[in-house]
Amino acid sequence: MSAVATVIECRALSRRFRMGEGDVWALRNVDLSVESGEYLALIGPSGSGKSTLMNLLGCLDRPTEGRYLLDGAAVERLDDAELADVRNRKIGFVFQTFNLMARQTALENVALPLVYAGLSRAERRRRAGEALRRVGLEHRVDHRPDQLSGGQRQRVAVARALVTRPALILADEPTGNLDQATGREVLGLFDELHREGATIVLVTHDPKIAQHARRRIELVDGSVRADVRQPEASP
Amino acid sequence: MSAPALERRPAGRSIPLLELVRVALEATAANGARSLLTTLGVVIGVASVVVLVSLGDGVRSFLGEQFAGLGADLIVVQPGHTETSGFGPPLENVQRPLTIADSKVLAQRVPSVVGFSADLVGGGTVSYLNRSRDVMVAGVGERFWEVRGMRVEIGHPFSADDEAARRRYAILGHTVVHELFADENPLGKTIQISGAPFLVVGVTAPKGRMLGFDLDDLAFVPVTATEDLFNRDFVTEILAKARSHEDVGTAVAQITDVLERRHAGHQDFTVHTQQDLMGTFNRIADTMASVVLAIASISLVVGGIGIMNIMLVSVNERTREIGVRRAVGARRSDILAQFLIESVVVSLIGGIIGLLLGTAVVLVAGLVLPSLPARLSLWIVLLAFGFSAAVGVLSGVLPARRAASLDPVDALRYE
Ligand SMILES: Nc1ncnc2c1ncn2[C@@H]1O[C@H](COP(=O)(O)OP(=O)(O)OP(=O)(O)O)[C@@H](O)[C@H]1O
Ligand SMILES: [Mg+2]
Repeated sequence: MSAVATVIECRALSRRFRMGEGDVWALRNVDLSVESGEYLALIGPSGSGKSTLMNLLGCLDRPTEGRYLLDGAAVERLDDAELADVRNRKIGFVFQTFNLMARQTALENVALPLVYAGLSRAERRRRAGEALRRVGLEHRVDHRPDQLSGGQRQRVAVARALVTRPALILADEPTGNLDQATGREVLGLFDELHREGATIVLVTHDPKIAQHARRRIELVDGSVRADVRQPEASP
Repeated sequence: MSAPALERRPAGRSIPLLELVRVALEATAANGARSLLTTLGVVIGVASVVVLVSLGDGVRSFLGEQFAGLGADLIVVQPGHTETSGFGPPLENVQRPLTIADSKVLAQRVPSVVGFSADLVGGGTVSYLNRSRDVMVAGVGERFWEVRGMRVEIGHPFSADDEAARRRYAILGHTVVHELFADENPLGKTIQISGAPFLVVGVTAPKGRMLGFDLDDLAFVPVTATEDLFNRDFVTEILAKARSHEDVGTAVAQITDVLERRHAGHQDFTVHTQQDLMGTFNRIADTMASVVLAIASISLVVGGIGIMNIMLVSVNERTREIGVRRAVGARRSDILAQFLIESVVVSLIGGIIGLLLGTAVVLVAGLVLPSLPARLSLWIVLLAFGFSAAVGVLSGVLPARRAASLDPVDALRYE
């Protein structure tokens, strides 16, 4: 078997926010490596820096200090347009609030990243249709978000995250707005994606949800407090 | 899961315009009533430009045709000085009238004209048997027909002898003939003009209307006969026609020179040429155009501010959407283009509504008032589109820049 590729490589990553008086160090010297195919849960109390780290990993934000190699390429010095391109090709986001375009159909929502990738309309529709089939929504292609249930909306969002075949899927509290049953449904989808080889980082403060992941990182006060791996799959 | 990895979209390459327009139309449609109200300023601006420019265009070409009908070489001498020379002692307030004698002397001394016609015009009642009609009675000189470019269709013009003998002869316009004689032959009949008997010796060829005045609703008589009829010893004006277009300047100079000498060195008369009149009307038309431009500019500025305002609101409301687009790979330039296009689309919709509204007004006005010389032309359409596109770009710049400058993390967190 060939060497496993490293998707995330963080070295002494820090993020400071400048406040009126005194700065806030939301992250301090975080070292983190995530290999391709890993399913990782990021846990920790409120305000511990989980979202801040996700934003850095997702190239939405830049570290104050430290290095970040994504899929082997340093990203901390990229300019704004280059970061947008990295997000476009390498990262799939799943948000707590779904964040779908209300006026567009499921297919158009899923195809949105491909618009910014510059793909033709036909190719966008083909790939978006495939991604929707992957999340089991091939029969809801032309529905708008307000015509879908919460769980279906989040599955559309997952399809949007998958459609570019990113190196990394980032999900910040993806079940936070769902009831338990639909939450489990979406988590089941992540499990499947993991089995198919996707690299997933999931933020949660619910230990039961964290059980789905093989590796758990606990942040406290902007630093990594624990990094636990478990060999076997949960329920 | 096996599809080729995505290529990086080349730097500087924007996403297709069609996509941007589609998103813009969607957003505009989603805010239907609000978008429509926003465009009101542009609608009114463009509609008023269309109406006023159509009218101005029509009036200009209408006047152009009318003046062309006068003949380019026509020279009109009128009593009184209408343009002050600016310096020198104030003119004595003796205004010498123009007379038939003036025109006779001019005819001898000014070789650059075809002829002169001293005309005395006044109102009068023309009657035949039990019918009568109030018309303009034009006392004209012998050379009038030639100078003025009119023709006696039936009968014959007045001779020098008719004028010298002050004969009460009349040549009638078509309208007058129709009203007084219906189908009867007017030649040789005696009519009354303001109580005096006149013999009808001719009928003019139809000439139509000129500046709203019916040239066929006239009774022509020898100028000497009007002197008797109106009890005057001066004329309304002296008409002349230059031998050629190039001779107009020379003719004006010669006429001025001769008349000034006859009038003891005073220029107490004014010589107009057809070009002068055209120039005056063009100046009026230009003034009108600037007023139109001012009105249009004001409403377009107001419209532009309205669009800018609503676009700023829209950017604010859609902060989250902007964050999501940035997260999935939109560059700042993509967001900038999106909102700029949206602003242009909103403005163009206003422009199209304004264009339709203005066109409707022009067409309805044309039906209600057929004599109204309004005309639509292609360049008005282009102007309307140009204006509204420009307003869209200008009012979209600030909101679009604001949208593009949003930080993705902040935008995604926005409630
Ligand atoms: N833009 C910002 N400006 C200032 N301080 C910030 C900003 N973003 C985050 N912080 C601070 O950084 C710290 C970490 O915030 P973060 O959102 O990463 O926490 P979290 O672990 O995601 O919490 P939660 O579980 O409540 O979502 C907090 O103290 C927060 O106040
Ligand atoms: Mg958070």
